[in-house]
Amino acid sequence: MSAEEKPVIDVYDLKKSFDGKPAVKGISLKIRRGEIFGFLGPNGSGKTTTIRMLCGLMKPDGGHGSCLGFDVLTEMSKIKENAGYMTQNFSLYEDMTVGENLDFMARLYGISSRKDVVAENLSRLGMTGNKNQLAGTLSGGWKQRLALGACMIHNPQLLLLDEPTAGVDPKARFDFWNKIHKLSAEGVTILVSTHYMDEAEQCHKLGYIVAGELLTEGSPEEVIKKSGLVTWRVAGPDIWLLSEKISELPAVAQVTVFGTELHVSGYDKEALYRDLKPFMDGKWAFEVSKPGVDDVFVSLMEKRGDEGQ
Amino acid sequence: MRRDRLTFGMMIGIPLMQIIVFGYAINFDPKNLPVTVVSADNSVFSRDLVYAMENSGYFRITGTAASEKEAARLLDLGDVQFILNIPENFGRKLLKGERPTILLEADATDPVATGSAIAAMSVIAQELFDRDLKGPLSHLQAGQPPFKLVIHKKYNPEGVTQYNIIPGLMGIVLTLTMVIITGVAITRERERGTMENLLSTPVRPIEVITGKIIPYIIIGYLQVTLILLAAHYFFHIPMVGSVPLLLLVSLFFIVANLSMGITFSTIAKNQMQAMQMAFFFFLPSLMLSGFMFPFRGMPEWAQWIGSALPLTYYLRIVRGILLKGNGFSEVLVHLWPIALFMSIALTVAVGRYRETLD
Repeated sequence: MSAEEKPVIDVYDLKKSFDGKPAVKGISLKIRRGEIFGFLGPNGSGKTTTIRMLCGLMKPDGGHGSCLGFDVLTEMSKIKENAGYMTQNFSLYEDMTVGENLDFMARLYGISSRKDVVAENLSRLGMTGNKNQLAGTLSGGWKQRLALGACMIHNPQLLLLDEPTAGVDPKARFDFWNKIHKLSAEGVTILVSTHYMDEAEQCHKLGYIVAGELLTEGSPEEVIKKSGLVTWRVAGPDIWLLSEKISELPAVAQVTVFGTELHVSGYDKEALYRDLKPFMDGKWAFEVSKPGVDDVFVSLMEKRGDEGQ
Repeated sequence: MRRDRLTFGMMIGIPLMQIIVFGYAINFDPKNLPVTVVSADNSVFSRDLVYAMENSGYFRITGTAASEKEAARLLDLGDVQFILNIPENFGRKLLKGERPTILLEADATDPVATGSAIAAMSVIAQELFDRDLKGPLSHLQAGQPPFKLVIHKKYNPEGVTQYNIIPGLMGIVLTLTMVIITGVAITRERERGTMENLLSTPVRPIEVITGKIIPYIIIGYLQVTLILLAAHYFFHIPMVGSVPLLLLVSLFFIVANLSMGITFSTIAKNQMQAMQMAFFFFLPSLMLSGFMFPFRGMPEWAQWIGSALPLTYYLRIVRGILLKGNGFSEVLVHLWPIALFMSIALTVAVGRYRETLD
């Protein structure tokens, strides 16, 4: 991640609207080689559209920049050749076998030693035994594994993954992320969109997009620091009732329930402590803690109102 | 339904349009059939015969041919439906009461197209010279006509309907299956979401379209082979011309229909719409190409529509090769419109195919 190297993704003010409705309102991104960039935001916020503009699937209405050194407006076919894009929904052929799908993708990318490449990918994916299974009969986790293999068949230096782990079980997610880290160590740049906060915390950098605008960007630590948020964790009985009372307090910006804990956040440390003090009577355990990225994103969403709808 | 305007239009507008078009266009009693005259006689009687034929409304004299060979070529090409042969000294022999012979050769590949005209011709022969043969000549009109009328139904002398229908069916089957099969090809990719993956790869539009077309060319040939085998073994259709030539020409027709299907599938939003469009294309092909109803029986505007459809030309080629024994030079006349249609459909298909998801 040397500073003098040109970023793999370097775009400014990308815009896109559909039927006059803006979906992406000026997004600028800089992603360096080998970085894992986590792309977060509510549904319909423009994540998929942004990714599609980056991989040459959609032409931006406005803005400029480059992806892998190719212009996002004029060299879309060059980007397609060199980037790997994994779609949000499974988009390989369900009526073809695992092996046939990989072979077909290899053909599309004009790979010369197809047989070897397919065999190598099958063993790398641990799917050699499934070679002759129809892709449509695979379970969710295996479909996702196959899709990842398929979009990487040409060894792209940039991977754009659109919610790759949606609906996938924890073990498969864990394996998936191991793979992502490995690729990143090999110098592959990865942009991944997700709704899972534990995944967000594994990214080198995060971008949070709401209603087509990038609200915050940076490493998870930076994002938390920038937010200026102070969070208290509260545990104890009847936290639902407590949350209602606490959320009325003036210094409290937001209260969210995480399992059996409440996360109470505010921007003014002193005021928050003053307001919470009356509740610290031993019934509940209060503990000041670092806010998580999830707390930050919820607060950003609240500030924006429900524009994401 | 309210949100699917195209389906709505297809269900209301198209049946209405088709009733009107087909209602006016279809005619089992074709008139104004083109005739070329080979005449070695210039008497009043031969001229009267020609006038009478024109006046009947069934015949339209398009010209005279210098030789029988030239006339036969016009018939082969399908430029004329009939050749009228008037022998030397027709007038004189008629006056002498020798009952000269008039030969009317008909392109009877489609028995329906020529049936009424041939019937009309017999009536003309009976009554034609009643006016001319008066006074001293009145004895010539007693009983039978003063000349012999020989009608020679060429290509399909027994008027077997199958001879006309089976070769035509080949074109019909190809039109229906080829357009539908590619019509759903790209819409299916879009419906299943595989299009997004396909578009994210560097594959070019022409490559996708070629990939969609080539397998179905093989299917098309399989169908042609099956139909030809059935035509030969079940229906005993004569195969006068060259079957390899027919196979070669079929390639253009198959690709033309496949490209049309691809064009539909770039317009249609889903498979259902693509199917509707395929039928929208198929119905006029069925009705206005000359398959079901004689082409020359249709009003001129309907013939214009028919002339824009590849099936019209393919039918002429198939019937021409199988029944008339047409060679390459006769086939070429009908081949270039198919080739033109194919190029336009292919260009539109490639042009409409989007490389992005916009």
